[in-house]
Formats: sequence, C-alpha cells, structure tokens
Amino acid sequence: MILNLKNTFEDIGNATLFAKQFFKEVFVPPYETKEFLKQCYFIGYKSLPLVAITGFIMGLVLTLQSRPTLVKFGAESWLPGMVALSLIREIAPVITALICAGKISSGIGAELGSMKVTEQIDAMEVSAINPYNYLVVTRILACTLMVPILVFFADAVGIIGGYIGINIHGDVNFYRYLTQILQSLEFLDLFPATIKTFFFGFFIGMIGCYKGFNASNGTESVGKAANSAVVTASLTIFIIDMVAVQITDLFF
Amino acid sequence: MIKEEENIEKESKAKSKSPIIEIKDLHKTFGQDNHVLKGVNLTVNKGEDLVILGRSGSGKSVTIKCIVGLIEPDKGEIKVFDQNVLHLPKNELNEVRVKIGFLFQSGALYDSMSVRENLVFTLRKHKRELSSEEVETEVLEALDNVGLSDAIDKMPSELSGGMRKRIGLARTLILKPEIILYDEPTTGLDTITSREISELILDIKHKRKTTSIIITHDMACAKLTADRIMVLKEGVIQAEGTYEELEKSEDEWVRSFFE
Repeated sequence: MILNLKNTFEDIGNATLFAKQFFKEVFVPPYETKEFLKQCYFIGYKSLPLVAITGFIMGLVLTLQSRPTLVKFGAESWLPGMVALSLIREIAPVITALICAGKISSGIGAELGSMKVTEQIDAMEVSAINPYNYLVVTRILACTLMVPILVFFADAVGIIGGYIGINIHGDVNFYRYLTQILQSLEFLDLFPATIKTFFFGFFIGMIGCYKGFNASNGTESVGKAANSAVVTASLTIFIIDMVAVQITDLFF
Repeated sequence: MIKEEENIEKESKAKSKSPIIEIKDLHKTFGQDNHVLKGVNLTVNKGEDLVILGRSGSGKSVTIKCIVGLIEPDKGEIKVFDQNVLHLPKNELNEVRVKIGFLFQSGALYDSMSVRENLVFTLRKHKRELSSEEVETEVLEALDNVGLSDAIDKMPSELSGGMRKRIGLARTLILKPEIILYDEPTTGLDTITSREISELILDIKHKRKTTSIIITHDMACAKLTADRIMVLKEGVIQAEGTYEELEKSEDEWVRSFFE
C-alpha cells in the first residue's frame, strides 16, 4: 500500500518534470513544423469520423431522453436551448476528450513505447537529434490545438443530431431551431468550455507521450504504456473538468 | 609466418597511434545491487578496431552506451577526442555524438519512415544547407557502401534482419563518423550474412579510416575485424590481446570463447 502510494507520487513527480521540459523545449529551435502538421493531420483529421459519429449520437440521444420530461412540464420549446447548452458546456468537451484519450493518448503511448523498446528513440539521441523536441513537443502541441477543434466539430454535429431528434416527434424548421439555440447561448457558455478543452488536449498528449517515453524494455511494456495512458488521461480529464467547473462557478 | 607478420603490423599500428577513446574506472549499478560495471578501463587508439567479448550481462553494451551518453555511469571517466563526455553540456555532447556512429543490435530503423527517409531525416537534421540533389547523392552513396541501393524505397518492415542492420549502418555512415560503435552487429544472422556484415565492417574501416568498438559473441566476426580484443567478465576486463594471443591464453575461461 505504502509502496504503491510512493510509486504514484514518484510518477506524478516524473510526469511534472516531463511537462516542465515541454515548456523549456517548445520555444527552442529547431521547430519541427513538418512533423507538427503531420501530427495535426493524424490527431485531428483522422479522428473526425469517430468524433462525428459520437457527436451525432450524443445530440440525438440527449434530445430523445430529455424530451418526455420537458413535455410533462410543458417546456418542450426549451429543448433546443437545453440540448445545445448541455452539449457545449459539458457533454461534448468531456465525451470528445474521453474519446481522444482512448484513441490518441493510447496511440501515442503505444507508438512511442514501441520506439523506445526498439531503440529508435536511442538512435535519435545518439545521432544528436533531440527526440523530445521531435516526438514529444510536436505531439503535445498538435493535441492541444486539435482537441478544441474536434470539440467544436462535435458541438456542431451534436446540434444537428439534436435537430433530427426533435424532428422525430415533431416538425421544427432548422432556422427556428438554430435561432432558439442562439438565443439561449451566451459568450460565457462558450468561453470556459473552450478553455478547458485546451487543457484536455495538452494532458491527453502529455500523458500519452510520458507513458510511451518511459516504457521499460520489452514488448509487454508497450501494451502497458498504451493502457496506462488511456486510464490516466481519462482520469485526468474528469479531474480537470471538476476543477474547471469549480473555477467557472467562482468567476462566471 | 604471414599471419605473424600481420599480427606484428597490427600491434605496431595500434601502439603508434594516439588514444581516441579512454575509459577509466567505469562503474555502473542498476537498481540496488546489480553491479554491471565494476571499474572498466580501456583505451582505443585512432584507426583501431577493438572487439569486446563477454557473456550476456557482462556489461559490454552498457560500456558503449556510456560512451555516447545513453547511460550515465555512477563513477569513472570517459574521454572521447580528449573531451570528458560525462561533464559536457548537451550541445557539446551532441557535437561529439555526430562524430560517433552507433549501430544498434536491431538496426533501430525508424519504422514509420522508408529507407530513404531514414537516411534523409538523419542527414537533414545536421546539414540543412544541402540541396535536394546533394542529399540524394549522399543517400545513394551511403546505401551503395552497404550494397543496398535497390532498397531505397522500401519500408523497414519489408527488410530482412541483415538488411536492417546494413541500412542502420548506412544511416550511421551518412554523417561520416570518425568512430563507429557496433552493438552485436552479427547477432541473429545466419553464417553467410554474418560474414558479409563482418566484411562490411572491415571494408568501412579501410575506406573511411574509422575507429571502432565492436561488441560481439561471434568469434568469426572477432577474428576478421579485431586489431585487439578485450574480454569482459562480471564488469571488469579479464583479458586483453590479439585474437591469436587470447586463443592461447592460460586462463581457461578466456580460452573457452575461442573453442
């Protein structure tokens, strides 16, 4: 028990140092622009179908589940606003981040873990190429930038899903549906939700890279790195979300 | 008679040249009590091929990984080109690293890149000023040196073990290193491919006048490439000499490698 606790604190300490190195290296040339764009393509573009399907289902299901209750209170007209608010403020950011933790963080953990085990990272190091700069900085930056974009995309697709959900039982014009959403939304609904997605993205990338970079020798550790990256990133997303909601409550 | 003359020539060559790698009292312990290196001392002269023999876990790979700064020793001194690499700041260590090539046991090719990209990536990081044509020429020359120009567009997954090691060597050679460290270059290969790799090591030495440390279990490779052999036992140098000297060693344990 005490040993486990010690290991956990040691791991947190090492991860903090790993993150600190990111802030040291991110501004130091050479800037790996090509690799960064490649990672943006893999992390962002390649995740679009998954995020689209999930976003659509989130919007549709949320509408179908909320409708009966609102109908009971005669508040069916609130449905578009409620769906949009729920999606934008909480559901889309958290669910998209969790999906990214599963897809991206585990992918990075496995990729870097495999590179570590097969001495590819060492090969970079001995060739006087900075593997942290090339492999880690680019991936963390790409995640930090792409996850918020994916969340916006999930918001949009979720709203379309909600529109279809409403039209299963009724007949609402899309223009009216959008107007109702825009009337119920404020800038302060968007702002904190967007800010937290940058943190989600940063931690998804950072945890994946940390787990992969610190995989011990042996193929077994690659699987462990990928698995551990998903679990840690998912847990971190919930913790960040909880902190973000508390801060939002205090200031907005 | 001819062999004896060759040996004398090899010995005199080794003695006449200046040391390029010097290791003094190198210690390394992993965990609490896994003492891998217990005071290794060795010197490699310019233009010399030193083979390090030893059983698995005797600290051979750890020794050469300490030279390039992949593993930090607990105690000792490592001088490469008269610079103590253990106390160099990162940027100066990288300058030394460019002059040292390292061939990993597996070849350590970048899986996500083709053979061409593996070489271009390494070259571009250090010679950004080269034009595309110059880069292409250098890549083809490096691949030609290892006899694998045809594999330029292949992915590492399409290559055999021997080919991966050759491409790994080409990637090492593209930076024109003065020292090459080979970590078990023939392990896992058939006899013919092992001999081809050993001949390639010899060929590179003659063409490029490199200094090498070769970690191996393969006695045929050691016989062909070594100017001098060191035998490592439980973290210390147990014996040192030419192949012929060690073959007749009085130490039965040392002799067992040659039987």
